[in-house]
Amino acid sequence: MTSGAWLPLLFAVPILAAAVSVLDRSGRLGRVLAVAVPAGLALAGGALVWATRDGQVVVAQVAGWPGGVAIPFVADLFAALLLTLIGLLVVASMVFAVASGVAADPLVAPMVLVLTAGVAGAFLTADLFNLFVMIEVALLPSYVLMARTGGRRAARATRLYLTVNLTASTLLLAGLAAVYGTAGTLNLAALAGRGGEPVVATAVGVVLVALAVKAAVVPVHTWLPATYPHASPAVTALFSGLLTKVGVYALIRVVTLVYEPGPTLTAVVVAVAAVSMVVGVLGALGEPTMRGVLAFHMVSQTGYVLVGLGLAGAVGLAAAVFYLVQYATVKAALFLAVGAVEVRRRTGVIKELGGVAAEHRWTTVTFLLGALSLTGLPPFSGFWAKLGILGAAVEAGSAVAFTTALVVSLGTMLSMLKLGTGVFWGTRPAPAPDAAAEPAPVGAATAGAAADLPGRIAAADPDHDRRPDWDARPTLLRAARERGWPAGLVAPGLVLALLSLVVGLYPEPLLGLAQTAGQVLSDPTTYVRGVLGG
Amino acid sequence: MTLALAVAALTAVGIWLVLRGGAVRLIVGFVLLGHAANLMLIAAGGTDRREAALTGQVEPALAADPLPQAFVLTAIVITFGLTVYLLWLAPRAEEAAGPGDWPPEGSP
Repeated sequence: MTSGAWLPLLFAVPILAAAVSVLDRSGRLGRVLAVAVPAGLALAGGALVWATRDGQVVVAQVAGWPGGVAIPFVADLFAALLLTLIGLLVVASMVFAVASGVAADPLVAPMVLVLTAGVAGAFLTADLFNLFVMIEVALLPSYVLMARTGGRRAARATRLYLTVNLTASTLLLAGLAAVYGTAGTLNLAALAGRGGEPVVATAVGVVLVALAVKAAVVPVHTWLPATYPHASPAVTALFSGLLTKVGVYALIRVVTLVYEPGPTLTAVVVAVAAVSMVVGVLGALGEPTMRGVLAFHMVSQTGYVLVGLGLAGAVGLAAAVFYLVQYATVKAALFLAVGAVEVRRRTGVIKELGGVAAEHRWTTVTFLLGALSLTGLPPFSGFWAKLGILGAAVEAGSAVAFTTALVVSLGTMLSMLKLGTGVFWGTRPAPAPDAAAEPAPVGAATAGAAADLPGRIAAADPDHDRRPDWDARPTLLRAARERGWPAGLVAPGLVLALLSLVVGLYPEPLLGLAQTAGQVLSDPTTYVRGVLGG
Repeated sequence: MTLALAVAALTAVGIWLVLRGGAVRLIVGFVLLGHAANLMLIAAGGTDRREAALTGQVEPALAADPLPQAFVLTAIVITFGLTVYLLWLAPRAEEAAGPGDWPPEGSP
């Protein structure tokens, strides 16, 4: 165990940066800080990876109280890897946000910083109540981001997003009360191994249900594809990289600490994960918009990560860690690639798109790298990730996990083909008249026509309700019209996609780290001793 | 028992209000649900010990558990912040959503 009194800074610095950045009304300071601070977070995460690479944990007991009494901040290898990852993803999304014009709103950068702080805090805390607080700290700015960067229809999506998340948070709080009432503590290290007591196991189960909503696991996933595509592309990429990952992280952390691995746990988690994989991939095929496909796909990918958790043991958890890290990178790259297309073409509906490959090479390359990696073809990082999951399934003798993982890969390929053929290949269709903006025929301009407007829009455009309309904001329109394919739109996604290729070509370092992280997760002794002392 | 009944009543009314639709009902519903969760937290600390939790002045066996009270304080602050934000959002969402998207107050 290493002492790391500076760990709370990873939470405090982004919050302070957010507070400072609102002082500059023009938003310039905020835009600089929202790139610089997450970059620093990535570096600090890298340092933590180095410090924990041999399976140690770095612990900060806030204010020097003894272990078990103090508010604990802990970084093990799993948390350190994710911290590095989210630092990179925030930088990429922020650069894209500036290029696409979303960050012209001076509130965006401070909100991104608070979101970063909440997510970093959630990865580091070793206390269930602080986990709740950190999740709330991360969610509050996400409500603002969704409402402010989306278009008119995003207000409705925000309402759904808010309602679901508030319900889940209330359930989480009630679950915490049940855990405290039954176990007498909310310290994760003190809760380790308490899953053997039926009352504690049930109480923690309530917490897990709430976390499953945040992670968008089937059957509590429907909010995600209905809301994420309505934010602006940069914000969708940010949310996909950060918010649902907190849910997945917390599920893995709580399950590995509290419950003993056994056939019942494996059966439950693998069943939930397998259903998520199948439902997610089928749902993605039916979505009419680019980001809708990718958002629904997240449900399926979360399933893959949870399969690793369900198979338990160091091998399964190592596979889950590797999968989570590489998939978050690839997914953000894909969201940024289709986001760039959406900013340029001003539509996200697949059938109105086509021929992007002929127009812009590098966005196409980004998409291609990301899509091949997500499908799991060699030599991309997704190949090693899926191989790891399949290997863990073989070792655990779980035919269900193995078959589902293989079959769902095929579905992944299909939905990537749908995006590829619909958006990047083919020819650009003739611009369709904008149904919503089309003036009503003069003869039809009666008093009744206005009342029937929603009906007429629906008839003219069946995708109307699901069409993201974030670019209706004037600043975004200007940004989209003025420039061609600026580097800020293309480079962030391309860099992330190339990272996936590099990890695919040289998987050894990350595989080794994931292996160690899996061992630390499967045997909580180091974690517990680090937090409680002694 | 009183606490249990209060939690039950708050939860029931809260869920009913949230499901009814309409911005104000939604907000009041979540306030009630938050209170239900807070009462659960208080109950988790045990309600039979109520003396001030000051070392050296009160018999430890009689002192109340201060931790759930700290939890509840934090949760109340979070609920309050969210309520304010919801109140800010509600009229804007209603205006932006257009006819039929967000049922107006009083609609079934």
